[in-house]
Amino acid sequence: MAKQRVVVVGNGMVGHRFIEYLLESPAAGQFEIITFSEESRLAYDRVHLSAYFTGSTAADLALTTREYYRDKGVNFVLNDKVISIDEPNKCVVTQSGRREPYDKLILATGSYPFVPPVPGKEKEHCLVYRTIDDLGRIKVSGSQSKVGVVIGGGLLGLEAANALKGMGLETHVIEFASRLMAVQLDDGGSKLLRRKIEALGVKVHTGKNTREIVEGTTCRYRLNFTDGSFLETDLVLFSAGIRPQDELALTCNLGVGTRGGFTINNNCKTSEQDIYAIGECAAWNNQCFGLVAPGYQMARVVVSQLTGGSEQFLGADMSTKLKLLGIDVASVGDSTARTQGARTYCYNDDFAEQYKCLVVSEDGKLLLGAVLVGDTEDFGNFQQMMLNKMALPANPQGMILPGIEGGKVGLGVDALPDTAQICSCHSVSKGSICSLVQSGTTSVAGIKAATKAGTGCGGCAVLLKQVVDAELTKLGVEVSNSICEHFAYTRRELADLIRVNRIRTFPEMLNAHGKGHGCDICKPAIGSILASFWNDYVLKPEHVGLQDTNDAFLGNLQKDGTYSVVPRIAGGEITPDKLIMLGQVAKAFNLYTKITGGQRVDLFGARIDQLPAIWKLLVEAGFETGHAYGKAVRTVKSCVGSTWCRYGVDDSVGFAIAIEERYKGLRSPHKLKFAVSGCTRECAEAQSKDVGVIATEHGWNLYVCGNGGMRPRHADLLASGLDRATLIKYVDRFLMFYCRTADRLQRTSVWLENMEGGLDYLKSVVVDDKLGLGAELEAGMAAVIATYQCEWLTTLENPEQLKRFRQFVNCPGKDQDLAYVVERGQRRPATAEERKIALVNLEE
Amino acid sequence: MNAISSNWVTVCSEDDLVCGSGVCALIETGGKPQQVALFRETAAGPVYALDNHDPIGNANVLSRGIIGSQGDKLVVASPLYKQHFDLQTGECLEDKTVKVPAWKTRIHEGQVQLKI
Repeated sequence: MAKQRVVVVGNGMVGHRFIEYLLESPAAGQFEIITFSEESRLAYDRVHLSAYFTGSTAADLALTTREYYRDKGVNFVLNDKVISIDEPNKCVVTQSGRREPYDKLILATGSYPFVPPVPGKEKEHCLVYRTIDDLGRIKVSGSQSKVGVVIGGGLLGLEAANALKGMGLETHVIEFASRLMAVQLDDGGSKLLRRKIEALGVKVHTGKNTREIVEGTTCRYRLNFTDGSFLETDLVLFSAGIRPQDELALTCNLGVGTRGGFTINNNCKTSEQDIYAIGECAAWNNQCFGLVAPGYQMARVVVSQLTGGSEQFLGADMSTKLKLLGIDVASVGDSTARTQGARTYCYNDDFAEQYKCLVVSEDGKLLLGAVLVGDTEDFGNFQQMMLNKMALPANPQGMILPGIEGGKVGLGVDALPDTAQICSCHSVSKGSICSLVQSGTTSVAGIKAATKAGTGCGGCAVLLKQVVDAELTKLGVEVSNSICEHFAYTRRELADLIRVNRIRTFPEMLNAHGKGHGCDICKPAIGSILASFWNDYVLKPEHVGLQDTNDAFLGNLQKDGTYSVVPRIAGGEITPDKLIMLGQVAKAFNLYTKITGGQRVDLFGARIDQLPAIWKLLVEAGFETGHAYGKAVRTVKSCVGSTWCRYGVDDSVGFAIAIEERYKGLRSPHKLKFAVSGCTRECAEAQSKDVGVIATEHGWNLYVCGNGGMRPRHADLLASGLDRATLIKYVDRFLMFYCRTADRLQRTSVWLENMEGGLDYLKSVVVDDKLGLGAELEAGMAAVIATYQCEWLTTLENPEQLKRFRQFVNCPGKDQDLAYVVERGQRRPATAEERKIALVNLEE
Repeated sequence: MNAISSNWVTVCSEDDLVCGSGVCALIETGGKPQQVALFRETAAGPVYALDNHDPIGNANVLSRGIIGSQGDKLVVASPLYKQHFDLQTGECLEDKTVKVPAWKTRIHEGQVQLKI
């Protein structure tokens, strides 16, 4: 039997996907495929087109290659547009005059950017944003421009604005409607989006209708608006929506929708025999779909129709989740509450910059839609609830209120039916994921590889993981918490094994409880646990290989391979003489010098071979190591307190020094920072520390588990009105309990948040001694304190150790690749560009 | 410091190595200085030699990484950004397009030698 000739007009994302589906079908051998494209490239990823501005190449965006098509026997014709359909003779005709007969014709012509009929729109630097070639033109024009304007504040318009901004242009967005993304967002969401976009420096003008584009005076062009105002710009980018590319309809009487697009039925068939349309060029029920997922569904339907199946296209969900200018935005279903009687729940937080709105049915029972700006993690859940018409919980507002005590209300993935489509780009249902998990594909990566789920727009990634984890839990498979491939234990379990069995070295631990050789995860973790309990010198031969480079060389590794040096300055108190000494050492070794947030001095740029000499001077001047390199107690910050301050209630500096001297060098699951404030004005910022102490009229208040930095957390009050001895007792217990039970690299803040029973439980252990562990924890701490040593002093006294502080073991010398430039009176590492010059200078 | 015997070049004494960790040595190849990171897991075990330059962090630091295993491969983790390099081949496990030079080694009369 002769093969059927399938002609695919258009090789965009949907046209290409159709070809892939057809090739994958068991009946693939019965078809001969030929595809035409007016572009010079085969299909590429238009969804992630903006990546072209951030370094991706056309090859990165490509969805296929010529070799692949040739390999699969797919014929392709590039740079030749199909301009008419000779329906009676079942042929297509191209611009170059080529006639190609078909048995089945698939129209996947996509859409074209709509350019409003503004006089002046044809000027050289008035461009559109659709193809890779368009992007090339924008790059060229952008390089000759200072100001750029995007006409259209929809989804694509904002992507385009990001591109202009990325090129360093002063960027404006002009929107005809009164708000950005009017189709997807309600007023509240749109307002927050606008604020966030403006905060990035993009200027937004809404309610503006461009009348004409004329020559400018300060810039290349001037946009005159109908309200009499104007804006000058060098570059204009039209992004005012897309229109289905359906002009082929005129050549053969194909039916078109009221708003354009080839009319299709549920089988994706047009009004003519053997002609199908898929993707953005197709109009189903007079509706065109400007997303890839519905296009892919249509492609699947046509393959089914051609191969004897009966799949149908029955509309598509237009929910979207995306990142625009780095801002998370999502809209689900009827996001703007157009449904008769629809009601809303809204939550707006101007501080956290989050907006969440639920649109529910009049009776409050069903979720119709949602808008999320700033935090879109719930997108997948809301979409599923909407699509599957799941009953709302009793208090739907709980689903958008932040995680206050009592927690967010959610339904969880267990409530989803098996038919729920988790990945709509690739039509992967919950049921199919679960059955894969049951048959042994237990990782998210494995599921992705097997089903392509999560590899389209990526919007379902969170939900996908939840489904996999929930199914694993259901199967009784423990979700692995192993620290690494060498130990099937959590850090807490490793700590218990080491403590209870009195294990003293890594090889002992590996032989008894592990396998393989260890790695850069388990070695430092076990090294740290050994130090927390037994407090051996960390550079002993049996421990040295466990240490991260910072601990191994007792300094903080910097980007160029040199180290920084931080001596301890307990409580931030230092005599002028010692401060001068620090300056002299820094000067002698030409070290870049900076004051740290922990009230110390950091000296940068010390070569490995210089470290001992630097520390010799520092130790002689009475300094000790500051443990800035270790996951250990770092600093105890203090305000000047009652000694000097008019408002001071107690001696915060004195207490801070006492606390720092007590706990210095304690190695722990992560670094520890403390502070002591002399009154409730809290100048030492103790409530952002792992341990914070504040003086009050009634004694010391003890705060714990605060954090600054990447994930700020306000500390919790553990106990108040304490005397010094009681406070120290509680801190002893608190720290040792943390060292025993926290996960690897888990700060106290996260440790507490994950603790069952939370703060009340922690109080019961530390203050009420409910577990009867108090004395044991205090004894553990006493042992660590009793074995404290300044690691640098020990190292300097040990000639064998000092041998390690050489650049080369076989000859003297230093790393010749280091290069520096002077900035603001100090040296810093040269950048790659500067290095070229600096190295030339060195050679001279 | 570098004595040539056939194409085995002596780099340093066995005693200069640090068990369970790495050290750096300087040799000359093709008239140019070359930093070599030398690793040894156990006292009598084999010695591995890689270029000391971390091509990802762009600094001479590989000798200061933690050694260990990933599956059946022995690796060193760069102390800068923690990519793993195969001690035998120099291949970067995270990025197959990255590879650092690796040398064969042997112990000869208490000296560590590289095959150049």
